[in-house]
Amino acid sequence: MSVRFLPAGDLAVLVEFDEEISVEVNTRVRALEFLIQQKGLTGVVETVPTFRSLLVYYDPRAVGYDAVCASITELLPQAGTAVLPPSRLVELPCCYDDPALGFELQAAAARLGISTAELVKLHSGAEYLVYFIGFTPGLPYMTGMPERLTIPRLETPRTKTPAGSVGIGGTQCCVYSVESPGGFWVLGRTPLRLYDPESPEPVLLRPGDRVSFRAIDRGEYDTIAARVAARAYAPVIT
Amino acid sequence: MIGILDPGPQTTVQDLGRSGQLRYGVPPSGPVDRLAFVLANRLVGNPDGAAALEGTLLGPRFEVDAPCAVAVTGAETPVTINGRETPAWTTLTLKPGDVVKLGPARSGVRSYVAFSGGLDVPPVMGSRSTYLRGRLGGLEGRALRREDRLRLFAVPPPRPWRVAPRAVPAYGGEPTIRIVLGPQADRFTRAGIGALLGGAYAMLPQSDRMGARLSGERVTHARGHDIISDGIALGSIQIPGDGLPIVLLVDRQTTGGYTKVATVCSFDIGRVGQVRPGQSLRFRAVTVDEAHRLLYLADAALETGLREEIA
Repeated sequence: MSVRFLPAGDLAVLVEFDEEISVEVNTRVRALEFLIQQKGLTGVVETVPTFRSLLVYYDPRAVGYDAVCASITELLPQAGTAVLPPSRLVELPCCYDDPALGFELQAAAARLGISTAELVKLHSGAEYLVYFIGFTPGLPYMTGMPERLTIPRLETPRTKTPAGSVGIGGTQCCVYSVESPGGFWVLGRTPLRLYDPESPEPVLLRPGDRVSFRAIDRGEYDTIAARVAARAYAPVIT
Repeated sequence: MIGILDPGPQTTVQDLGRSGQLRYGVPPSGPVDRLAFVLANRLVGNPDGAAALEGTLLGPRFEVDAPCAVAVTGAETPVTINGRETPAWTTLTLKPGDVVKLGPARSGVRSYVAFSGGLDVPPVMGSRSTYLRGRLGGLEGRALRREDRLRLFAVPPPRPWRVAPRAVPAYGGEPTIRIVLGPQADRFTRAGIGALLGGAYAMLPQSDRMGARLSGERVTHARGHDIISDGIALGSIQIPGDGLPIVLLVDRQTTGGYTKVATVCSFDIGRVGQVRPGQSLRFRAVTVDEAHRLLYLADAALETGLREEIA
């Protein structure tokens, strides 16, 4: 596997692995990040993992470009699954069966040529992996959606998608962490907050987490939402 | 306490920003013009990272109810205390009831007002900086409003000094901004890179703390404008399909899927943020090694040759 070091200004270097999106490549990215944190590499300030690259911020007053690249290179041979700690499994309760929350469930099922029950079963039966968190606070980029649910994105993107909306588009599943425009088919909504600026820990998910969806009815959605609002709900994390 | 009488178009609380949160999708925030911000704090005897105000184009106007020192830096703006004009880039001593007003900026965009002791707002994710889009930090995660009140940490009065007039940055004209090509410079045509380095680019009015949008000759792609999403560094120059550069600033999205032709050097980011809509700038490429040498020089300049004691 070839790795390229690309300068990103005077404070950062982009460590780029293969040009593909896969669990294998992303695992190497996260393993490299973990090793950098573990070893406390001199001068490294902060890291940003994505699908197939790691952006490494460094302090040029403490370490030069060549030196930081050399110390990262030394870690590359170990950067694989074996070094990563066990990942967390985070359960996201999701209400699919209320059209006010999962406003495109029926349309998506029709488009895919399956029943809504089958769509919910397929979507909530899968386990997803968080490749990374990015773009907006707490937004997970995930893989693991059943192939049968591959669907073109909406032709006309919605201008506002409520936070917590669980959507599918292309081969991806996404949970909107803040209200934003969106081109995904919204199947349901989780009462949990992936980003809550008022919480002591504002962001729920982390890179490398596994995620599962548990189908709940509207009654349970409202109960959990009320407990979340009262800060009396602990997400199920194993 | 500080009482906001008029916040102007956008005044926020900032410190030097949050670190370590990019991997959770949370940008650093903090001042767009770090140099001016740090000098404002030093003028009132604060550590560089004390929380202060960042104003935009006009204002704020505020009243203090206890003795304190303030300093105004950044955009060139008329500063008055109780209606009487007073200099910027110097330590100003206030008494209870004094009203300070920053008028419309004549050059530059962002002004900074630091208070002795620093603003006492609760840190969120390790910082007092406001991230407006994320409703995070500062005062309730939002820009200041009329009648907002802010507490200061109590400190003894600082020793007054001023920034030497020759060291006060000039924000007018057509600045040359140093950039390092990459990480995706290879995704552009030779003509595209030539355009970026050859022509002047004008600041567009829709620029904000997230990004500075520029207009000028198009930077043409060699093969498509989309990449597999990756991390966006401070100062990344992103080129979407229309070929027009966007320089990403302190409130930037943390990752993105547009090609990035180059990255503005950290010591010139603040200068980009002070270019007014309609004003233009030029880019000049330097190597990483040159950028580091220039950074050390900028650091040294901040430590020496700026300070003038006031008798």
